[in-house]
Amino acid sequence: MEYQENKDIIAKRIALMLKSGDVVNLGIGLPTLVANYLPKDVVVNLQSENGLIGLGPAPEKDKEDKDLTNAGAMPVTILPGGAFFDSATSFGIIRGGHVDATVLGVLEVDQEGNLANYKIPGKMVPGMGGAMDLVAGSRVVIAATTHFEKSGASKLKRRCSLPLTAAHEVDYVVTDLGLFHVENGAFVLKEYFAPYTPAWIVEKTDANVVIAPDCRQFTA
Amino acid sequence: MTQKPIITAAEAAKLVKDGMTVHVGGFLGCGSPEGIIAALAAQGTKNLTLVCNDTAVLDQKNGRENGVSVLVKNKQFSRMIVSHIGTNPETQRQMNSGEAQVDLVPQGTLAERIRAAGCGLGGVLTPTGVGTEVEEGKRKLEVGGRTYLLEEALPGDIALIKAKKADKAGNLVYSKTARNFNPLMAMACKTVVAEVEEIVEIGDIDPDAVHTPSIFVDYLVKA
Repeated sequence: MEYQENKDIIAKRIALMLKSGDVVNLGIGLPTLVANYLPKDVVVNLQSENGLIGLGPAPEKDKEDKDLTNAGAMPVTILPGGAFFDSATSFGIIRGGHVDATVLGVLEVDQEGNLANYKIPGKMVPGMGGAMDLVAGSRVVIAATTHFEKSGASKLKRRCSLPLTAAHEVDYVVTDLGLFHVENGAFVLKEYFAPYTPAWIVEKTDANVVIAPDCRQFTA
Repeated sequence: MTQKPIITAAEAAKLVKDGMTVHVGGFLGCGSPEGIIAALAAQGTKNLTLVCNDTAVLDQKNGRENGVSVLVKNKQFSRMIVSHIGTNPETQRQMNSGEAQVDLVPQGTLAERIRAAGCGLGGVLTPTGVGTEVEEGKRKLEVGGRTYLLEEALPGDIALIKAKKADKAGNLVYSKTARNFNPLMAMACKTVVAEVEEIVEIGDIDPDAVHTPSIFVDYLVKA
């Protein structure tokens, strides 16, 4: 079986994990795609840590507002009923347990629920931005990542080797192979995505992967 | 209410002296006082400590530059206390070469350290960073069965902030996500200069609509 990177299935599956009324923070990059796949009847409150709730889609061309951006400095809109606030309030929302779910990308995630995504010492050091607060404070932390690096190495690890963004905080990992729940030092495979099989996923992942008794195939 | 002096960006830059700790509002350049920053770049004051969310955007390939990035390029900061430097490769270069010290602080911790400074608090207890490099050298406290880091207040000598509107007393109204760190910094520094797009008469801003009360603001600059 050959691996083919598929970011869309990751975003599609995560979109189905969110419920109407949830306060959700989507990280920059792959997690942002989740908003495109929310079912029509599910209305979540997207929070952006630079100071708004009710994040809307990108504005039409020439309708950009220099004072209205997301946490990645891209022009955005705000939905009716949304609100702006300062950075202390924004992180009060985040640390205070008012965010139901945060979805963020990773460099590495391990079977203990540790996550690394802000620093490759000596090479790339973007900084943690709001990620450490989001991971420490959100009720549910969902790591969204392709299963393998370009080199072919598994991004799901026994133990992270990079500096941690947070320890023991990751609840779910959704990759382009399947959906895993992190529990008791294992990635528990709850769902797998065709054409991959649970046995193949276990074989190719350099970590403790346990197949859940009720593991099933997810079809997008 | 007394009126606040309305000064030029160049006069504002003169308030910034060698070696000062400077808080600059803005999030990747959104809500930064661009006029004062340009004047400070022209003035060339060095050996400054920056407190800011990030070191803004320096993307020379696509001609995108904003916020404090010009001051980084000019090497005016010997130390930068920020949460993110990923959009400014020059900051990363100065950090890796040892030309400047960069302290990476989680964004929520940075906000609270600034808020604490303005509110007369010695610091705050936060769970953010426990079990990571961020906890190194910090005191840990157990409260209610949870572990927290003691993060100390982060005051500044001068705040350079941006608002949408001021009245002549210095009451400020911010715009949308350009608010970010600005109101926190307005409370955390000895001297506060607000660059604003519009200056109106005292009484023209509804007291219920004021984001930063005038007492925190020392000078106004018209953007």
